[in-house]
Amino acid sequence: MASLIDDDPRIIEFDVRTDEMLVNMGPQHPSTHGVLRLVLRTDGEVVSQVEPHIGYLHRCAEKIGENLSARQWIPYTDRMDYLAAMNMNLGWALAVEKLMKHEVSEKARHLRVLIAELGRIASHLVGMGAYGLDLGTFSPFLYAFREREKILDLFEEACGARLTYSYITVGGLTADLPPGWIDRCEAFLEQFEPVIQEYHALLTTNAIFVKRTAGIGVLSREMAIDYGCSGPVLRGSGVDQDMRRDGESIYTAMYDGYAFEVAVQKDGHYPRDHTYPAVPADAVLGDCWHRFFVRMLEVVQSMDLVRQAIDRYSSCKGPLGEPLKLTEKIPAGDAYLETECPKGQMGFYLVGDGTPIPWRARARSSSFSNLSVLHELCRGCLIADVPAIVGSLDIVMGEIDR
Amino acid sequence: MRGPAFLEKLETALPGAVTGRNLEALDPWIEVAAERLVEVCRWLKQSSDPRFDALECVTAVDWHEPDPKKAAKVTWQPRLELVYHLWSTSARVSLVIKVSVPRWKNDTPGEIPAVPSVTGVWRTADWHEREVFDMSGVDFTGHPDLRRILCPEDWVGYPLRKDYEQPLEYHGIRGR
Repeated sequence: MASLIDDDPRIIEFDVRTDEMLVNMGPQHPSTHGVLRLVLRTDGEVVSQVEPHIGYLHRCAEKIGENLSARQWIPYTDRMDYLAAMNMNLGWALAVEKLMKHEVSEKARHLRVLIAELGRIASHLVGMGAYGLDLGTFSPFLYAFREREKILDLFEEACGARLTYSYITVGGLTADLPPGWIDRCEAFLEQFEPVIQEYHALLTTNAIFVKRTAGIGVLSREMAIDYGCSGPVLRGSGVDQDMRRDGESIYTAMYDGYAFEVAVQKDGHYPRDHTYPAVPADAVLGDCWHRFFVRMLEVVQSMDLVRQAIDRYSSCKGPLGEPLKLTEKIPAGDAYLETECPKGQMGFYLVGDGTPIPWRARARSSSFSNLSVLHELCRGCLIADVPAIVGSLDIVMGEIDR
Repeated sequence: MRGPAFLEKLETALPGAVTGRNLEALDPWIEVAAERLVEVCRWLKQSSDPRFDALECVTAVDWHEPDPKKAAKVTWQPRLELVYHLWSTSARVSLVIKVSVPRWKNDTPGEIPAVPSVTGVWRTADWHEREVFDMSGVDFTGHPDLRRILCPEDWVGYPLRKDYEQPLEYHGIRGR
């Protein structure tokens, strides 16, 4: 840590007296990923306290959910994490299916894996590109959006929408893939694979990027669990948990037979890490760099899963199956299900009372819990590090405010 | 662990704390009286096997039917039900705690019921309890900073209550 002390502005200028000041960051600040307002209590360059103010995008989606049938709420889940709408659709669909004890066809199951993992790649690309922007480099953003656009093209072909899909729905999917889609998807993967090395060159190993992220915003394993963090934020702190492997049987059954390793550091190594750039010397487990790196590994992991899903989907004979009716009755009882969304564990809680309309529809947002740890991470950091920490949490305000 | 053996240990450690249970449900749950919630949570986090080290979600369900015709037919008791979803990162199992409280304190509409806060057990509860306070109107006693989180601080009413009425006007902005 010698290098940190040498150029730490906190200790060089003893003769400059600074006053405590409140700095308002947001809600329209570009690096707050939406409309998040942070009130920073600063002393010179050092932040002593951060208070997030949320709710600017609040539209009480849960109340809307209590007035619509379960399938009609699917479009509202799109608008929660609008960067990974496919995964949101899946979360709610599975929660309803859990309560209804409904099983989808084998073909629909593999198609869901295929679509959800493509959605994860798209979301992580935005996370990565926007993180570059937060840290002052513009090019990775363009590189990331170039590839994401191709995924959106594929989604558009499948369901007609580019952002809010409502494609995965209760009881299956709204339509099967159009002819030739699989070939175009394979062509995309073929082209995308070498591009990942460009990302590593642009960001992961970039000296400035490493300097800005390594050792910054260290989140301990215990604190991550205590605050209910999930997804790459949790795994970046070395907690080996991925709902696709550890979750409830209705969700893990979807990934039954798929081979993947959870992207988490074990004994100082990430899975298959000889193929990736080495962890920089300054990086500490749980810092911004590790959270970012876990996402990069998940892009490769998802690509692998998409390939496996293509094989299985293509070998499935028989129909895809029809989704449930819009007015399908929900049995009395309650069910809670968490799925592994790109941002973390998204939980949906549903209480049925025998009518098609849920008595209670609840969305437990992963970004909400991930953001709640921010004040701990930012205590004592520099003002310039705040965007680096917020960006590394990869939050999306549509999901936090609901 | 989900079987009776686990519950027996809880019963021995804290006699009478668990007032209801359903371990056959989709998500096995136990019911706890509001006064004993914190000690049960602390036991589940620190002493039980497995340890429930993560609180995933806190939410409230309002059991109230505003339509008098329908209300005559319902089979459940009107109440406010708090639901805590617990998770064990080591054993990878979940448990649900349910706490029932009256919809209004002393049956006086507007006076929100009180439930002890579990922020001292899991930090997740901090924001989640603020959200439940904001949306469903529950006073979490012992919460370090209980104020609205999603709605503006001067908002009136609790939107997720079944008898909530949307305001007609808010600072010159028309509702409805």
